[in-house]
Amino acid sequence: MTPRTEPVARHTIAVLVDNEPGVLARVIGLFSGRGYNIESLTVAEVDAAERLSRITVVTSGTPMVIEQIKAQLARLVPVHKISDLTVAGPHIERELALVKVRGSGEKRVEALRIADIFRARALDSTAESFVFEIVGDAGKLDAFIALMSGLGLVDVSRTGVVAIARGPDPL
Amino acid sequence: MTGAEIVLQALKDQGVTRIFGYPGGAVLPIYDALFGQNDILHILVRQEGGAVHAAEGYARSTGKVGVVLVTSGPGVTNSVTGLTDALMDSIPLVCITGQVPTHLIGNDAFQECDTTGITRPCTKHNYLVKNADDLARVIHEAFHVARSGRPGPVVVDLPKDVQFATGTYLPPSRVVHKSYKPRLKGDPVQIKRAVEILSLAKRPIIYAGGGVVNSGPAAAQLLAQFARLSGFPVTLTLMGLGAFPASDPQFLGMLGMHGTFEANLAMHGCDAMIAIGSRFDDRITGKLAAFSPHSRKIHIDVDPSSINKNVPVEVGIVGDVAHVLEDLIKFWKSTQAKPDAKALKAWWKQIDEWRARDCLRYQNSETVIKPQYAIQRLYELTKGLGEVFVTTEVGQHQMWAAQFFKFEKPNHWLTSGGLGTMGYGLPAAMGAQIAHPKALVVDIAGEASLLMNIQEMSTIAQYRLPVKVFLINNQYMGMVRQWQELLHGGRYSESYMDSLPDFVKLAESFGAVGLRATRPSEVDGVIKAMLASPKAVIADIRVDPKENCFPMIPSGAAHNEMLLGPADKAEQPVSENGMVLV
Ligand SMILES: Cc1cc2nc3c(=O)[nH]c(=O)nc-3n(C[C@H](O)[C@H](O)[C@H](O)COP(=O)(O)OP(=O)(O)OC[C@H]3O[C@@H](n4cnc5c(N)ncnc54)[C@H](O)[C@@H]3O)c2cc1C
Ligand SMILES: Cc1ncc(C[n+]2csc(CCOP(=O)(O)OP(=O)(O)O)c2C)c(N)n1
Ligand SMILES: [Mg+2]
Repeated sequence: MTPRTEPVARHTIAVLVDNEPGVLARVIGLFSGRGYNIESLTVAEVDAAERLSRITVVTSGTPMVIEQIKAQLARLVPVHKISDLTVAGPHIERELALVKVRGSGEKRVEALRIADIFRARALDSTAESFVFEIVGDAGKLDAFIALMSGLGLVDVSRTGVVAIARGPDPL
Repeated sequence: MTGAEIVLQALKDQGVTRIFGYPGGAVLPIYDALFGQNDILHILVRQEGGAVHAAEGYARSTGKVGVVLVTSGPGVTNSVTGLTDALMDSIPLVCITGQVPTHLIGNDAFQECDTTGITRPCTKHNYLVKNADDLARVIHEAFHVARSGRPGPVVVDLPKDVQFATGTYLPPSRVVHKSYKPRLKGDPVQIKRAVEILSLAKRPIIYAGGGVVNSGPAAAQLLAQFARLSGFPVTLTLMGLGAFPASDPQFLGMLGMHGTFEANLAMHGCDAMIAIGSRFDDRITGKLAAFSPHSRKIHIDVDPSSINKNVPVEVGIVGDVAHVLEDLIKFWKSTQAKPDAKALKAWWKQIDEWRARDCLRYQNSETVIKPQYAIQRLYELTKGLGEVFVTTEVGQHQMWAAQFFKFEKPNHWLTSGGLGTMGYGLPAAMGAQIAHPKALVVDIAGEASLLMNIQEMSTIAQYRLPVKVFLINNQYMGMVRQWQELLHGGRYSESYMDSLPDFVKLAESFGAVGLRATRPSEVDGVIKAMLASPKAVIADIRVDPKENCFPMIPSGAAHNEMLLGPADKAEQPVSENGMVLV
């Protein structure tokens, strides 16, 4: 076994794949089978004409492991392109969360006030609850959810990270 | 055409003449199409696992894609070991599997299994074809994926209704893959850097592997050419044996756990290493932290994921061995690279000192047959016989075969390296014999392994294949016994092979010839009788049950911590870290 003394870093990797049955299973099976981390994984079709989907995966590992992950992904037959956005240059990461909070009185007012600070929108409200929509990087969402947990948080649904490079160039 | 006819047409257009298979409900339309045609000969095995190994033997001994046809459910699950074996050893296969009709998929139908799900991690790629119009394209693609880049097994799962449905046929030339394009030519900048490093080397080594065999006969010739040009020593992995002539004075033998003293010490002490189509497997690196600590490393591999996987290298060249070596040799010549002749001479002197230890020496006996002796005699008595293919099972006999049988050409040594699948050798020999009907094909076997696919003797009988089984019968799972002796205080838990069959009678019951040697003086006679027989033979060679395979690098140890013989074993207890390794 290699002594794993190298630093572990978080990487956001974009993968362009053929949108065919089983392609997501191949990617997920690769990560579980080889013991790599998945912090977040999102997938959706991005080019209907060419039937291409884009997978964004957030993972962490030593430089050697990250290089392996990329090489292993590239080996999958339906994979067209891979970009490690973390090393490729400046990029934008966004995630969306729907956050349900239940409460009344002081706490309800406080929840609304914090939502305002975080620019979260109330998408649904009843006399005793709100559903907020919040968009941002994963850290912002974590912070918002942590604050809401003291204010009657009952349910969270997150999309996982999507990411894109800054500047004019495609993947 | 019907789906089944498309399958056959596609196989023919891919140049397939032999397929290995076993029928069942979900592939009957294809078997029907096979009936009454003469272009493709179907070899009926006795268990699907045998079909896959046979196809591996066929593929490895010819360089072509091996083809397998099996039914759904149990046909598929029986094939999984062979597919995994082919994946680990980079063997090109296309395996066509029957599936329940599309409308029943997911309903736990009779003999349904999730074939693409089960085989996804043990194939290079797999397909489920739901439309007969896609069928021709998929099969051609499957062949392309299986044989190109790093070769491997590909599964095509075919629901029964698709085999009956009509669809349009497409010839192979009309099929191009959208995303899969392996890189063959190496980056000239990296090749240049490689030549720089190598020309500065004082203690260089070429460490080549199965990728040279995969790349084709030209790659082996280029390897020899580069070795000649540079004067560098060459060592080969188990999978690479034959990629460089064993008789060449520049050959140091196999490296790794059971490799030679000189190869392992040269790997440990070198200052520049070029890995060519080899993958730094743990059987060869031993303790990673102590692996070749002072060398600058170059790695040529067609699969980018092999580079920097286990051992970080300074120069990684992604490309096919033959393509890269051709460019590297050109560049070497054009720059008139000349390594330091004095240093190289000193290095060879050092290597010769290591060689003088004669690490494969063993204590021969007048009374009991030593397994090494038996294999040595087999080699000597088959040396001049033209084409000789050797397969093995897995265990001590496999390692002794690797040490004592010498190969001059690639594709003649067929063994299960990566997965280490007992039961590989007999069906693989069958596949090699099908591909080379006139050649001598010998399975150097262990008695435990042989019993894992012994049913294939029946296939061998049916097709009158003169396969020779040279059985190194030590009545033990010898390799397991050896580890138990060295690592588990000699507690031989469940490694004795009780109640073995009489292999002579067993051979006879399959219509083959059974021979037996129990004393060293009988070995030559039995080998000669075996070679003289036009039939299949099992030669039961009763060898010393206690013999251990040396040299050995105990797990978790470094290359310079080899055990050379029985006397070494007490000196170095295996570390706790080493104990957990396999
Ligand atoms: C009981 C037992 C003991 C063993 N002991 C030893 C031992 O002592 N020594 C030993 O060496 N092995 C031993 N092995 C085998 C070992 O497990 C590995 O299978 C073997 O070392 C791998 O060989 P390789 O590095 O040549 O790689 P292979 O498995 O042959 O892989 C080939 C490599 O070349 C690349 N490649 C493929 N095609 C091309 C191409 N066209 N161009 C460029 N690159 C290409 C592939 O991507 C891959 O990286 C043992 C196995 C068993 C079962
Ligand atoms: C299918 C399978 N099961 C178990 C093993 C573990 N194993 C490796 S070698 C070996 C013993 C092989 O015995 P035999 O075939 O008699 O060969 P020998 O070592 O005695 O030469 C075993 C059980 C394996 N490699 N493959
Ligand atoms: Mg045995």
